[in-house]
Amino acid sequence: MRSILPARRRALLAMAGVCLSAMLGTAQAAEPLKVVASFSILGDIVREVGGADISLTTLVGPDGDAHGYEPTPGDAKKLADARVLVVNGLDFETWLPKLTKGSGFAGQTVTASKGVTPRKFAGHGDGHAHGADHDHDHKDGHDQKNGDDHDHDHDDDHDHKPGHHHHHGDADPHAWQSLANGVIYARNVADGLAAADPAHAQAYRQRADAYVAKLQALDASVRKTFGAIGADRRKVVTSHDAFGYFGDAYGVTFIPAMGVSTDAEPSAREVAAIIEQVRRDKVPAVFVENISSPKLVQQIARETGAKVGGTLYSDALSKPGQPGATYLEMFEWNARQLAAALQP
Amino acid sequence: MTLVDWVVSPFLDYGFMRRALAGACALSLGAAPLGVFLVLRRMSLMGDAMSHAILPGVAVGFLMAGLSLGAMMLGGIATGLAVALLAGLVARLTPLREDASFAAFYLISLGLGVLLVSLRGSNMDLLHVLFGTVLGLDDAALLLVTATASVTLLVLAAIYRLLVAECLDPGFLRASGGMGGVVHMGFLVLVVVNLVAGFQVLGTLMVVGIMMLPAAAARFWVRSAARQIPLSAAIGVASSVAGLLVSYHFDVPASPAIILAAGACYLFSIVGGPQGGLLRATRRARPA
Repeated sequence: MRSILPARRRALLAMAGVCLSAMLGTAQAAEPLKVVASFSILGDIVREVGGADISLTTLVGPDGDAHGYEPTPGDAKKLADARVLVVNGLDFETWLPKLTKGSGFAGQTVTASKGVTPRKFAGHGDGHAHGADHDHDHKDGHDQKNGDDHDHDHDDDHDHKPGHHHHHGDADPHAWQSLANGVIYARNVADGLAAADPAHAQAYRQRADAYVAKLQALDASVRKTFGAIGADRRKVVTSHDAFGYFGDAYGVTFIPAMGVSTDAEPSAREVAAIIEQVRRDKVPAVFVENISSPKLVQQIARETGAKVGGTLYSDALSKPGQPGATYLEMFEWNARQLAAALQP
Repeated sequence: MTLVDWVVSPFLDYGFMRRALAGACALSLGAAPLGVFLVLRRMSLMGDAMSHAILPGVAVGFLMAGLSLGAMMLGGIATGLAVALLAGLVARLTPLREDASFAAFYLISLGLGVLLVSLRGSNMDLLHVLFGTVLGLDDAALLLVTATASVTLLVLAAIYRLLVAECLDPGFLRASGGMGGVVHMGFLVLVVVNLVAGFQVLGTLMVVGIMMLPAAAARFWVRSAARQIPLSAAIGVASSVAGLLVSYHFDVPASPAIILAAGACYLFSIVGGPQGGLLRATRRARPA
């Protein structure tokens, strides 16, 4: 079925040129489902699951900052035509409610992060309480393999009340930075597309299954990589606090150099405090991201002698041809960069 | 903690504090004297306007060559000078005053810059990516701002007399041979170069603030331009030190702290300055 479909559509298009009026009705019936994804990483997941059965538009493209995005009238038009809108949720796309209202979007909204255990933003380190509802099997498997490492990294965060996780606004929206959550995203997208386009439900589910298998394979290999690095070396300074889920999933502590928002200017006190922390805890590596200003991170590295790691992709994919052009590539790249910098 | 500790130890302990201090001092030495002339010429808002005017050039430089100081600097200088030249030309050839033509051209330039940035589809905050923070100065940035300050001071020394004459009586130089235009242009080039170099290294607020506030404050203390220039540079340096220390000890962002320190100097000068300060004015008014 799947392999026949594109050929048939091509044939229909060719025929439409010859006898337009007769073919138009059929051509429209075969037209792919119009889907809009809010930002590049989500767009890639939707493309994997939707395949050729959908026509996908991504609002915030590669290297674009979805935090401070300002929608254009073109975005409203894209949205008005769409039948499905895929969003991250967890208050990530703060600009979106206005856009959907203004565009007269009448389709279904799929929240990709539905069912993810939200992680609370914390000042430093992690704030992820275990034993909440989802992704149990992954966490448990990890604990059995190298339980003591894992405990070590989380020893300061068990005083959180579970109720805290469901407050809006203080949940960390960067849930895709854990592949276990990526699996949830893919499943949610498949369910959403299937609901909007039942005719291809089977195809969506099949593609989601294949994609999930890839995600899980990568997840296992990333776990293995970080499990091999000593727990005391798994510490990193980044310029933007977007890797909380990554840190929770793979036992890496991320120390934010600039706090949560991408535009706050730090005080000299904060910079000095980070330098102190890097010196005291012997943090082996400092990382720069593709969005925020790299100058501060470079300065911290210069002053402490920590290794400056390569670019990590946090909120956006890279442009095609660069190392983080898909969700899988991005994740693998980030993991490889981090592991390389943390290896003694 | 003794006072010496309070003042000295942050700079001894942290390289980024030393770099911030060096960068801010170099900027003060170069930009504040230019501010004195801008105040004299009643062009105080030009710095602010220019900060918008350079955007398209910087954007083109960034889009073509990435985060390269050189490319962005060239682009910024090119558009900055184009705006300054066109505005000056319009002011000389038409009845429109220079401030109005400046405003018109910088708005066109700003519009073009915003358009260029969004044409590329990437919606990142270009201003944020492009313009530096005083706490993150690397070697290239420090070199750029110190070199700019040195060149500025040398050129200012060379054209000083003509510049003062041109400020006080623009007609005089124009009447006595075409040097006026050359001097005016040289001055504008200096302003643009300082702004462009400063933006990338220290941020918009820092450059425009350090250029104008100390100059405006110095005007209340001494009468002649020859004395206002060193005084404004000194006020700039003092504000930099005070702002950095406040940022360090009271946990506030650095460049606003520096600018607010300079602002405090300005407010104090308005009240206490001997040249037209409010206190002096009331004291003089009473006997009369």
